[in-house]
Amino acid sequence: MTEIGSPVAQAPAPQKGEASTFDTTTARKQWQVILRRFTRHKAALVGLVLFVVLVLFAFFGSLFWEYSYTDLGFKRYLPPSADHPFGTDRLGGDMVALIIRGTQFSLQIAIVVAVLSTVIGVVLGAIAGYMRGWVDTLISRFIDLLLVIPSLIIAAVLVRNSFVVSVAGGSGGSNWLIVALYLGLIGWLSIARVIRGMVLSLREKEFVEAARALGASTFRIVFRHILPNTVDVIIVNATLAIAQAVLLEAALSFIGLGVQSPDTSLGLMISLNKNELTLHPWLFLTPFVFIVLISLAVNFIGDGLRDAFDPRQKRVKA
Amino acid sequence: MFRYIIRRLLISIPLLIVASFLCFGLVNAMGDPLGEWKLQKPRTPAEIAAAYERTGYNKPFMERYVDWAGDFVTGDWGESVNPGNAGKPVKDDLVKAFGVTLRLILGAELIALLLGIAVGVIGAVRQYSIFDYTATGISFAMFSMPLFCVALVLKAGGIELNNWLESIGADRWIITAGPPGDGFGGSFGEQVFQYSGAYILPTISLVVIQFALYSRFQRASMLETLNADYVRTAQAKGISEARSIFRHAFRNALIPIITVSSLNIGAGFGGAVITETVFSWSGMGKFIVDAITDIEPYQVLGFMMLTAVFIIVFNLIADILYAFLDPRIRLD
Repeated sequence: MTEIGSPVAQAPAPQKGEASTFDTTTARKQWQVILRRFTRHKAALVGLVLFVVLVLFAFFGSLFWEYSYTDLGFKRYLPPSADHPFGTDRLGGDMVALIIRGTQFSLQIAIVVAVLSTVIGVVLGAIAGYMRGWVDTLISRFIDLLLVIPSLIIAAVLVRNSFVVSVAGGSGGSNWLIVALYLGLIGWLSIARVIRGMVLSLREKEFVEAARALGASTFRIVFRHILPNTVDVIIVNATLAIAQAVLLEAALSFIGLGVQSPDTSLGLMISLNKNELTLHPWLFLTPFVFIVLISLAVNFIGDGLRDAFDPRQKRVKA
Repeated sequence: MFRYIIRRLLISIPLLIVASFLCFGLVNAMGDPLGEWKLQKPRTPAEIAAAYERTGYNKPFMERYVDWAGDFVTGDWGESVNPGNAGKPVKDDLVKAFGVTLRLILGAELIALLLGIAVGVIGAVRQYSIFDYTATGISFAMFSMPLFCVALVLKAGGIELNNWLESIGADRWIITAGPPGDGFGGSFGEQVFQYSGAYILPTISLVVIQFALYSRFQRASMLETLNADYVRTAQAKGISEARSIFRHAFRNALIPIITVSSLNIGAGFGGAVITETVFSWSGMGKFIVDAITDIEPYQVLGFMMLTAVFIIVFNLIADILYAFLDPRIRLD
């Protein structure tokens, strides 16, 4: 973080020692300023705490919960009670244990998607924006192509194609990973466009010219000089991509192209219980509430980060 | 301007060719469209050979693509290949599905856009007011919900409402299966009752998601222009607050939302898969899901070509409106 913030923060920073006599306030590094703004954003802090709790619950909850998702011997369709706070499902499984596992898979998918789409989008967007010319045309046309081809077809190929399925370890293999890869591979378009636009204007700035004059390599200019200036957009986008991925995965599950058993996800749990809404509402509502909590928490964090990075949107009261 | 439009449309022709070829390859990678039919019960070799002959699937991939492309430019979009629904012309089904989707999304998009812009602008002008907090809270909540859950809850609610209406002796109002079709008619009042019953729930479920997006977007861009120097200059000159908000800030704040909404509407012609599935509207979304499930190559291609044209055209519209709203942008 310090490294990332430095190119901007160092420019106006006065020399050590001599400046302290003039300063009436403490000098803060850019990331410290951002952190302070973020921690003042109440909703974002609540979101962060909620998200951390959800992650701990998903990945370590099973260590502390007395039942496992493989225990199926309970009475079926038990409404929520002290013993089973979220009730039991139609197979007599404990919903708390199932929700822990579903949340874990949903978060795994979301994080893979966020990392993958951000990396692809940033790298391709930066290359297109910096190189311009035929490279830019090629990447931009490729993005157009992916916008035009219905993304459901790509999903269907990945879920159906025997080769892809066998690479992932057979029909019982890492199905969640296929879904995550798919969402990552179609999710990078918008961030690539945004980064391309930013790089197009940043490459004309004086500091880039200076780096070029000093003989810096293209790789160094793009990754050390230009991209650190887009880090705010990248972080906010990556955060929001987590929320998007959780929701998209749920939608895919609903139309039968998402995660499949023996893997699970919150989306799959909702789809499996979609007909229980009136008779056994807890089966539908619990995973639903967890999806909403995850994406709400992440959206709040993203909003707080955006405000922290870019305080221009806060109107100063006249 | 005219030359620009022509050039953009011409550029998209190679795009369509590459996209359709890629699409055909993808459908091919899904597997054999006759695979399931062959497994349903023992078929004689002659039967199988006849089916492959009829569908053209005995020919190599390239030849099939060229055949399709040749037919397509003359207006023949091919037929479905699956023996279950064999020989149905793709174009007819597609046109029917498109009509259904069009009726569904146009109203919903319009409502979401107007509502989103209005709420976004008020939220920005009265930032940190109770209205702003409420609107932000609601759009955040909507933004964080999986659409199909909203639709399913609405559907369940609609059924409850119908039961309640019946219990007090009124007619059932909400229709949760399909668009208005046969059996709709009668007096004007009856028709209003029927059509509103069929449209209300799918429209709400579409508006919910789009409204959240548009209002967030509009609020952010409006805040940016309200804080811009030129708006402060205008106010310093003594222009009334209303004029500075609407003539100076609002016009410029429309630019981002124009882009987002035209891309959204362009993509919207591809159908609202979730909403259509939940409320059994057999529109474009249902069409593509079925086509993929049955591995129907020509249905998928036809769908892609039709939706691609809309995506390309609405992209172009976005760019033209862009230049119209911001004269600094030159298209040529």
